[in-house]
Amino acid sequence: MPAVSKGDGMRGLAVFISDIRNCKSKEAEIKRINKELANIRSKFKGDKALDGYSKKKYVCKLLFIFLLGHDIDFGHMEAVNLLSSNKYTEKQIGYLFISVLVNSNSELIRLINNAIKNDLSSRNPTFMCLALHCIANVGSREMAEAFAGEIPRILVAGDTMDSVKQSAALCLLRLYKTSPDLVLMGEWTSRVVHLLNDQHMGVVTAAISLITCLSQKNPDEFKTCVSLAVSRLSRIVSSASTDLQDYTYYFVPAPWLSCKLLRLLQCYPPPEDGAVKGRLVECLETILNKAQEPPKSKKVQHSNAKNAILFEAISLIIHYDSEPNLLVRACNQLGQFLQHRETNLRYLALESMCTLASSEFSHEAVKTHIETVINALKTERDVSVRQRAADLLYAMCDRSNAKQIVAEMLSYLETADYSIREEMVLKVAILAEKYAVDYSWYVDTILNLIRIAGDYVSEEVWYRVIQIVINRDDVQGYAAKTVFEALQAPACHENMVKVGGYILGEFGNLIAGDPRSSPLVQFNLLHSKFHLCSVPTRALLLSAYIKFINLFPETKSTIQEVLRSDSQIRNSDVELQQRAVEYLKLSSIASTDVLATVLEEMPPFPERESSILAKLKKKKGPGAVSVNELEEGKREGGELNGGGERGGDGSAIAASNASTPSPSADLLGLRTGPPVTAAAPSAGSLLVDVFSEAGVNDDGFLRDLEPPTESSDSLLAEGPGDSDSAPPSVVSEDPATPLPESNELLNKFVCKNNGVLFENQLLQIGIKSEYRQNLGRMYLFYGNKTSVQFVTFTTTVTCPGELQSQLNVQSKTVEPLIEGGAQVQQVINIECLTDFTDAPLLNIKFRYGGALQNLTLKLPVTINKFFQPTEMASHDFFQRWKQLSQPQQEAQKIFKANNAMDTEVLKAKLLGLGMALLENVDPNPENFVCAGVIQTKAQQVGSLLRLEPNAQAQSGEQMYRLTVRSSKDTVSKRLCELLAEQF
Amino acid sequence: MSRQGKLRLQKWYTATAERDKKKMVRELMQVVLARKPKMCSFLEWRDLKIVYKRYASLYFCCAVEEQDNELITLEVIHRFVELLDKYFGSVCELDIIFNFEKAYFILDEFLMGGEIQDTSKKSVLKAIEQADLLQEEDESPRSVLEEMGLA
Repeated sequence: MPAVSKGDGMRGLAVFISDIRNCKSKEAEIKRINKELANIRSKFKGDKALDGYSKKKYVCKLLFIFLLGHDIDFGHMEAVNLLSSNKYTEKQIGYLFISVLVNSNSELIRLINNAIKNDLSSRNPTFMCLALHCIANVGSREMAEAFAGEIPRILVAGDTMDSVKQSAALCLLRLYKTSPDLVLMGEWTSRVVHLLNDQHMGVVTAAISLITCLSQKNPDEFKTCVSLAVSRLSRIVSSASTDLQDYTYYFVPAPWLSCKLLRLLQCYPPPEDGAVKGRLVECLETILNKAQEPPKSKKVQHSNAKNAILFEAISLIIHYDSEPNLLVRACNQLGQFLQHRETNLRYLALESMCTLASSEFSHEAVKTHIETVINALKTERDVSVRQRAADLLYAMCDRSNAKQIVAEMLSYLETADYSIREEMVLKVAILAEKYAVDYSWYVDTILNLIRIAGDYVSEEVWYRVIQIVINRDDVQGYAAKTVFEALQAPACHENMVKVGGYILGEFGNLIAGDPRSSPLVQFNLLHSKFHLCSVPTRALLLSAYIKFINLFPETKSTIQEVLRSDSQIRNSDVELQQRAVEYLKLSSIASTDVLATVLEEMPPFPERESSILAKLKKKKGPGAVSVNELEEGKREGGELNGGGERGGDGSAIAASNASTPSPSADLLGLRTGPPVTAAAPSAGSLLVDVFSEAGVNDDGFLRDLEPPTESSDSLLAEGPGDSDSAPPSVVSEDPATPLPESNELLNKFVCKNNGVLFENQLLQIGIKSEYRQNLGRMYLFYGNKTSVQFVTFTTTVTCPGELQSQLNVQSKTVEPLIEGGAQVQQVINIECLTDFTDAPLLNIKFRYGGALQNLTLKLPVTINKFFQPTEMASHDFFQRWKQLSQPQQEAQKIFKANNAMDTEVLKAKLLGLGMALLENVDPNPENFVCAGVIQTKAQQVGSLLRLEPNAQAQSGEQMYRLTVRSSKDTVSKRLCELLAEQF
Repeated sequence: MSRQGKLRLQKWYTATAERDKKKMVRELMQVVLARKPKMCSFLEWRDLKIVYKRYASLYFCCAVEEQDNELITLEVIHRFVELLDKYFGSVCELDIIFNFEKAYFILDEFLMGGEIQDTSKKSVLKAIEQADLLQEEDESPRSVLEEMGLA
């Protein structure tokens, strides 16, 4: 050790270090240190002035003690004294102490700055470098204020030594990072950029770090660096491995500089100058080519350096995202690394491919590696590599491979490391939602997720599945059925109980027809989990119970019994006790109508960014989720306000109903087309929107699929002739005659239960309705769009002609006064006595500014609302089909398609019709067959349906043939009429 | 840091409170020392990337930012080890313990503000050797007794 032994004279220090190392215990060490500290303190305080050497030695000992992890509260002044020593080593130790232990003592900073100033102007390059190092190490604001002006001058001065230039460049960089406002390059800009041309490679290496940072902040001022960087890079890439002497690292020419040049270029778009761009593309190609050459050395340093450049080049290629050829080559190269024996390379290849997956040019190329990546997820021994594989699967996922990827991720979850489970769960949940072609798959996936990794399913995930189920009525029945089945497992996760409680509380009625899941069975199943759950879940279950009382009056006494029991009503938890007391009281004193209003189905959630996506972003930090995903996430939005228990609190439901402004209100306003006339300025925005269907249509999934005409919910409200600012009396004089468009309005609600029934400049009428067996309940919401009150507001529901004997309709009276911008609600109870054709009429009368308004609409109560879906196998279906073979039992229509033939839209509509959509029954997969039973008080009418789309009929038009068979001729006919208008 | 979890050398390039430093070091040691051989040398930690490599009894770790190049960082570590090796002559943990200030000087000559100052082994070593020469001129060796008396 020649260099060390000859220079190192601080034997006292060495002895001290040995002593410390020989200490047998922590106590002994502390004792030794305290002894030393006392010794040093007395030396520093002693009368005898210490010489430089002793000071240096003691300061060094203090430094050592500090680095052992002990606090040092003295010696700073002695260190500062060392700075002004003329002896290099004393100065050096002084600076080291200051750098490591700087204290914000302002007095000291002033002294330190003075010493630095002296050294900077000393013209002694070694001293200058020490001073610059100290500034860079401390990097405080005071130092920036003192030196930010001086350092650029040193950096570009012609007579500055190379080593000082290097230090000055990096010192400036450090100051720029801490106090960018104090570092003004201005006049120096061009000369700094030209350091890229410096002869000395060390100067270029140091300067480029500074230039990169400055370019990121002021790209325009520094853009001349692009062409300089390209030519420098080109010279390095094309040089032989020995040309650069000491800057060649294991046969790789200037790897650090190459990486930094490539990094600098990533601050800019591709060069505009064709020649520069050509040269750069050549460089990138050369780098890719070199990756294929046999290695010049077996040392890992050689391949690391070479591949460091390669990965940086790939980053640049991805950054440009404009050279399909290079992107695909990059992807192939990374593909090779995916199976490399070096773990590091596999890791980096997975990571880098993640960004390639988001480029349109290479997305497909990345997807070809799916099997390798899945294999990596299963077999890599290092969790951080597996994590990268999971990230890449997430990034390469699209509609074509979603099912495979989600399935693989789910199966990986069963054995995944605890550290990454939560993130995996979030990812699966997001993918399942984003690429759900059918929502039953989505529901299955999420419930599986809860089953496999329930502990890691964060609130956001189970909130989200509930949001989606609430907002999509086509999946509610399936969700209820599935969750009911999942709850039957002897041990199921508490999160499953939460989801189960919530969904059955809302939609348990949809499966109550099956005796295996009758109301009481559902309740008993939920209640069997009750005692195993935590307080918040129990609270949620209590809310589900009260909802059951509303949904299934037959469960009332059982549930009241439970609520009344001591373990509930005297529960030591205040929240549970309160719920039990309140729900018990509510169920015993409130009338069915009040109960129904308080406990009505949850309104759809407003469209917002997916809460899961937000959570993942928070977890991964910005940049981890691509912009595309964010946008898609936004479209698919919806967030649960205030947590999952909201459903339980009756008053909260009502409040949220009245106060949640939904974004769909704006959308409706836009789609209506004509501007709101002078009569109702800006009144539309006052309206509170509670109409779920509008919200559902805005849900990204459906919007993608539905033809545009279908989603224009309220377009019809415009009506021909009143699109201009005609006086707002769109009334027909005869109260018995419905509006001309009311048939069309009726048709809109055949396949859905909620939405805007009618809208003009004054009034908006929204509907929510629900049906069970032969009973229905409809909520009408009358919204005053103006700022003036409506007076003597009355509504009458009538059943004209024979409908009187077919339907029993009862409506509550509404308040006669609707304030401007306010909304009132009316509940209508409907009982279907026997099958019917006509619709009940709704007449509305009110005065607006003195003028009488009078209009009549058809209430969208159609026979299909009383359908109970019937699942059956192919064999049964055809047998029943044959049984209904009398000519009058069949009704058939052939009609032109009004909308594009989209399978998913068709399915959604048929499900909305209320029948069961039977898969694998019709031999022709293009056709749809459905089965259901219409429940009336008098009888049940079994019905079968077959819809045959013909995308290329002879006429060139898209045609359908619809056949309905049912046990009653009037039903077949009516269903056929209704459905023919839907497609 | 050593395999036993002793910190031998640390350098911070961003302003960090002492308490946070201690906490981060503790956390980092736990993570890195738990890694098995053959695992990859990179890991995500907080919002940084850790690049580490083991040489004999010592682990060398760098915490770098998201967009930094992992492989080249690995070679930064290697080059630093080479510099130590060249200077001390087949360096071992003890050299770094007893000559910690030299190790700092070498690190400072190589890296400044977290960026590479010079990648040439010769340039860095030249700077250090110059300093040693200056030191030699400065000081005449002292007697062992005198040293012992001071300790």
